[in-house]
Amino acid sequence: MSVGDRQAAHATLRGVTRVYPGVTPVHALGPLDLDLARGEFFSVVGPSGCGKSTLLDVMAGLNPPTAGTVSFEGRPVVGEVPDGIGVVFQEDASLPWLTVRDNVAFGLRRAGTESAEIARRVAYAIGFMGLDDFASAYPVQLSGGMRQRVCIARTLVLQPRLILLDEPFGALDQQTRLLMGDELLRLWRETGSTVLLITHALDEAALLSDRVGVMSARPGRFIDLVSTGWARDRDSRIATDPGFGAITARLWAALRPESMKAMGRPAL
Amino acid sequence: MMRFVDAVAIVAAILLIWLGLYAYAGDVAITSPLRTFVFAAELLSRASFWNHVGATMAAFAMALAISAVAGVALGLVLGMRRFAGEVAEPILSSLYTIPKVTLYPVMLLIFGLGMSAKVAFGVIHGMIPVMLFTMAAAKNIQPVLLRTARVLRLSPTQTALSVLAPAVTPEIITGLRVGFALTLLGVLIGEMFASQRGLGFLIINGIEVHDVRMTTTVTLLVVVFAVAANGLMLALDRRAHHFA
Amino acid sequence: MTRTRGIIWTRVALIVGAVGLIELLCRLGVIKSLTMIAPSQMALELARMIASGELTAPAAYTFTEVGTAFAVSVVAGGALGALVHVHPRLRHALDPLLVSWYAVPFFVFYPLLVALFGLNALPLIAIGVIFAAPAMMLSTLAGLDRVPRVMRKVARVHRLSRVQEVRLITLPSAAPHLFTGLKLAFAYSFIGIIAGEFILSGGGLGYGIAYAYESFENRTMYALMLFVLLIATGVNGALHIWDGRLARRRGRT
Repeated sequence: MSVGDRQAAHATLRGVTRVYPGVTPVHALGPLDLDLARGEFFSVVGPSGCGKSTLLDVMAGLNPPTAGTVSFEGRPVVGEVPDGIGVVFQEDASLPWLTVRDNVAFGLRRAGTESAEIARRVAYAIGFMGLDDFASAYPVQLSGGMRQRVCIARTLVLQPRLILLDEPFGALDQQTRLLMGDELLRLWRETGSTVLLITHALDEAALLSDRVGVMSARPGRFIDLVSTGWARDRDSRIATDPGFGAITARLWAALRPESMKAMGRPAL
Repeated sequence: MMRFVDAVAIVAAILLIWLGLYAYAGDVAITSPLRTFVFAAELLSRASFWNHVGATMAAFAMALAISAVAGVALGLVLGMRRFAGEVAEPILSSLYTIPKVTLYPVMLLIFGLGMSAKVAFGVIHGMIPVMLFTMAAAKNIQPVLLRTARVLRLSPTQTALSVLAPAVTPEIITGLRVGFALTLLGVLIGEMFASQRGLGFLIINGIEVHDVRMTTTVTLLVVVFAVAANGLMLALDRRAHHFA
Repeated sequence: MTRTRGIIWTRVALIVGAVGLIELLCRLGVIKSLTMIAPSQMALELARMIASGELTAPAAYTFTEVGTAFAVSVVAGGALGALVHVHPRLRHALDPLLVSWYAVPFFVFYPLLVALFGLNALPLIAIGVIFAAPAMMLSTLAGLDRVPRVMRKVARVHRLSRVQEVRLITLPSAAPHLFTGLKLAFAYSFIGIIAGEFILSGGGLGYGIAYAYESFENRTMYALMLFVLLIATGVNGALHIWDGRLARRRGRT
């Protein structure tokens, strides 16, 4: 990549490594490089334990790299989560003691936005994520998928420029996942933000993304970068496109030996 | 190793507090650690002391036996019969939070002054936690274990012995450990209030006849016994939970 | 829904039946009046004592002590729990102590405390606190331990300050456990103080019961016992219902 391209990248990882200290240090990630273009939808797939979640944590500033640099919008990411980054976690992060509406408003209230603006943005996000009928309900009354929608709405309402998602649909059934994927695409188009999605589902990565990065077994490094070439206004129905099969096949070809390594069996 | 150091540090801290209280209040209120240890050694060699120990232990052993057997039996029944269990559980929990001291006079009026009253005090303290823990253990037996027993075509006795018993034992042991401590407490309080024999009696009597040394020493011996016994039961508890 | 009703009615029937049986046995003389008076007579005597104002002084004495012990236990226990939570080394060091705490029959310290501090409220409150504070501490610890790790990340993603994080995420998350701590702190304070008054005291409800027993005044004794019973069940019951309501909203059992 030329210097010019690097400066245009929305977020960058350069030589990022993460080693967990201890009696036997665990080399969890890297060294790896990544440049996210502004507005692109980038997915990361890889075998279990390869460090995908660590990658996301490092990019968000939740986890400092042992070596290498992280930058967002040209500024280094050090220690705290920069303004403009939103994160949706794998675990249910809805706050059980708040209603859906209060959950969604949570971040805005802390940021000191004025109440009229809060009300407007919250109403929009709730409507966008299809939560109108449940605005006054508590998370305990909702299904797993709906709770994730609450978390996404909570992130959306802050108008982040980079959205990081760590296997957000992992706990959902296949059909719900496909629909949620469509919602995510809709969100992406509406907000124009850059999206980094961590997923273990190859079809999901192939369907949703502009580019897919395939990670090796631990320590995770990128071993392939696949461009899908999809049009921006896509949804789950492009699964019928012949290109989809080819992309998924290529992803699996790169990933299969790594998965077997991760499972403890040598690649055939 | 660390645990041992910590335990030593805690004992040292306790001794310091003890010395501090002694410095503050003097011999009329509490005996110094050194004198207490010396007197303890002397007490342990006196036959009259062992008579009192015997009185407490006899009542304690009986109360514990009743609490354990009745508690586990009733707990199992209530745990396995869902309706009865659900009816009983809040009642038992409420009984647990009532100051049982208030029932002592009733016990005395029913059983008179003497060993039966002490045993009764012990039982009303110890039986309920044993029951509650046993009920929880029985209620939480995973249905899949019972289905597995049926698939393996085990007889009812085999099921009870090889599947059910090991499944409930860890929690029951925890219940017995809690019951042990509370039964001891009940018996001692009973002796403190209405008895002429036993360790509890020696403690309160010491204050009444201004023999502070006796009170301090017997208190120390009781505490050491309680902690040691609890330590043993904890080790047992941990081993039992090894597979839970 | 019918099953829940069935359970509640069976429970009510059980209690009413038990009380009714005692009432019957007392009236028939099977239970001698020297041993126990009929529950209806207990209730009447209690009502009379309340009306005449006899109950006011001992009740006030006891409740003040319980209130003080409760307040001190909650504050000290909560603070200690928070302190130990952030210092794992301290927690490790205190572990042997905590694990043996409730094995020690604390009431045996009561005579010594009286010798040290006199026959007043201080030893009683001390016993109450010794009994109740560790329960609050352990509950606080449990609550803080169980704040899901993802919540910490949520706080950082929303760039909350430490104070904001504690106020908006940590405390609400730990609230159910903290409430359990409050319930236990009340129960243990109450038990500790009444027991102390009973064994050796100059005032209060516990003392009243002991004195009535020793003076063969059964009516007074049983009236006071009934009062203590009602207070204990009443407050604990109310806290239990409140806890249930909060738990249902949160979805935790």
